[in-house]
Amino acid sequence: MQLTLIALVENKPGVLNRVASLFRRRNFNIESLNVGRTEKADISRMTIVLENGNVDARKVEANLYKLVNVIDVQDVTNQPAVTRDLALIKVSATSEQRAEIANLASIFRARIVDVAPDSVIVEITGTEDKIEGLVELLSPLGILEMVRTGQVAMMRGSASGVRYAPGANGSKDLEKVTN
Amino acid sequence: MTKKTGAEILWECLVREGVEVVFGLPGGAIMPVYDAMLYYPIHHVLVRHEQGAAHMADGYARASGKVGVAMATSGPGATNLVTGIATAMMDSSPIVCITGQVHAHLIGGDAFQETDVTGITLPITKHNFLVTRAEEVADVVREAFYIARSGRPGPVLIDICKNAQVEEVEYSYPEEVSLPGYLPPTHAPMEDLKRAAELIEQSERPVILAGHGVMMSDAMEALSVFATKTQTPVAMTLLGLGSFPASDPLNLGMMGMHGEAYCNLAIQNADLLLAFGMRFDDRVTANLRTYAPRARKIHIEIDPSEVHKNVEVDVPLVGDLNTVLTDLIPLVDEYDHEEWRSEIEEWRGESQARDIMTWPDDGKLYTAHAIRDLWEVTNGEAIITTGVGQHQMWAAQYYHFEKPNRMITSGGAGTMGFGLPATIGAWFAKPDEEVWLVDGDGSFQMTQAELSTAMQEGANIKIAIMNNRFLGMVRQWQEFFFESRYSGTPLSCPDFVMIAEAHGIPARKVTEPGEVLPAIEFARQTDGPVVIEFQVEKEEAVYPMVPTGADLDKMIRRPIRNEPTAAD
Repeated sequence: MQLTLIALVENKPGVLNRVASLFRRRNFNIESLNVGRTEKADISRMTIVLENGNVDARKVEANLYKLVNVIDVQDVTNQPAVTRDLALIKVSATSEQRAEIANLASIFRARIVDVAPDSVIVEITGTEDKIEGLVELLSPLGILEMVRTGQVAMMRGSASGVRYAPGANGSKDLEKVTN
Repeated sequence: MTKKTGAEILWECLVREGVEVVFGLPGGAIMPVYDAMLYYPIHHVLVRHEQGAAHMADGYARASGKVGVAMATSGPGATNLVTGIATAMMDSSPIVCITGQVHAHLIGGDAFQETDVTGITLPITKHNFLVTRAEEVADVVREAFYIARSGRPGPVLIDICKNAQVEEVEYSYPEEVSLPGYLPPTHAPMEDLKRAAELIEQSERPVILAGHGVMMSDAMEALSVFATKTQTPVAMTLLGLGSFPASDPLNLGMMGMHGEAYCNLAIQNADLLLAFGMRFDDRVTANLRTYAPRARKIHIEIDPSEVHKNVEVDVPLVGDLNTVLTDLIPLVDEYDHEEWRSEIEEWRGESQARDIMTWPDDGKLYTAHAIRDLWEVTNGEAIITTGVGQHQMWAAQYYHFEKPNRMITSGGAGTMGFGLPATIGAWFAKPDEEVWLVDGDGSFQMTQAELSTAMQEGANIKIAIMNNRFLGMVRQWQEFFFESRYSGTPLSCPDFVMIAEAHGIPARKVTEPGEVLPAIEFARQTDGPVVIEFQVEKEEAVYPMVPTGADLDKMIRRPIRNEPTAAD
């Protein structure tokens, strides 16, 4: 079981370090952590996936709010959210094997983005399960390299994820920051 | 708008924040700031080691309720602050530490006296800032003070690059702070308050656990009103001492590892715990699995991350304690709890019969006796600072505080050496009050160098060193849990009277009980710093004691050796 949280943070130097340091200090295990820009120049967005070992989302949220630069935290675990991971997979491929790989890729709606004499790079976007599925099928051919971005997540429609912290919730004035 | 250097802007902003005194030690990377200091109405206290500066700022903050300020140069100056910052962090003490940093363009190049101070202090500050341009100084200082003193207070560090100190920029004081991610909670929701009132109504054996938060939130009056209205006994944490008057019949004194037996028994037998501004530290809960097994719990706490952290509670009320309590009081009825209180009184009587104070005079000098005398002479109204160890626990047990913000001690971090510098800081906060340091020989020697700071400043502080020639608390653990193998705990001490006199500080040595009161009187009659060395019993132990990991009511009790008294 994993926890997936979205955090909006101020786009300032060192904020990623603060979040990482917090997780290390409180012994939260990060499965993946993705940071990127948002529609607002002064706000970055993190999608944090944690191993749900000894920690619940409420505790993670409360600790994140202790960081001055964290503006909003939502728990999107088991919520109607779109989650996506992107992987580049370099597969060993002779010219005869390329057709098979192309075939597999098209079944998974993946794309071949580079072809070399003895390898191809497959790009796939999707849920973790989907990527794991393709990786499993490509493995017998010989995966030379793989890189994954970690999950990004967004709630569907106008719903938001779960916000727990009693008190901190209402006082995080999201409107004021994002407008 | 006028042009000013970053250093000038820094001092302008400190003056605007109401800063009257700064504790520090100059060096290369902070010299422009020190140069500009001469033109501003802020007193600088030159410390002998930067750890002392952080502890002084901390002691100042705890005694005054205002933000304390420490200053140091880059590199070793800044790293010397670290223990003091961690101490302030653990005890939620509002201090602002200002450190010099090398030129912004040199950062990362391992320049002389460059250290990644914001990196080092990241986990031990509430927040920290690296200032690389003079334009940032005013906003950062404003934000730093706001963060340090609001919400759950804590230390904030500002690391200012040398170029940002000397650059000239247009200056105007920022009227507002912009911290979109920082808005501490205030009120708890009404539905939760009503739920808490229900639990209070259903309770027959309630106990209040009053912590440091009571004083940080200025909730002493609300606590008193609540406790009196509901006739609920009040147990206090070490840092909560003074939040409720010791002389009140509802007072149970200190809880936890060295708390009174009747206090811990009350907690273990309670059916409702009302935790006010405390965090269920392991030193007060002992074994978590057996902690207050029949009690439901209401937790009023400003930091959401403390809720359910160590102890699952039934009703968390996240908000400012004074605000929440004030909202809660009208929702609760008056109660009597007479049966419960008389049960506790029986336990109290049994505890008092074992108390060291009932011992017949055997001619020996005990720390507890000396502290009791000090308490009586000062009417329980002095500011008492301590180091860490046995003397600290005896001070907590035998100095009965009537008023808040008078017990100044390192609780969460347990920092030996905190005492002397914190005393100097407290005196700067309250120069007209009687300020006593109760220290141990081990703790005192850690920051003894600040004696010369006390002398230079003419600080009217009284220093009582309880010299048992041991690192006493560790020795006690060795006696109890390591078959009296005294590894690394016997301590050779200098003659503290001579040490004091070398500083031009009057001093006395006390070796027997009859000399205690005259020595205290001598200290009180003498202006300026005074040192009294008490040569106390070497192997006395602090009782009662809950061994680490044991249940809170499984205390090692004081062996009964006194004559029968009226309490029996």
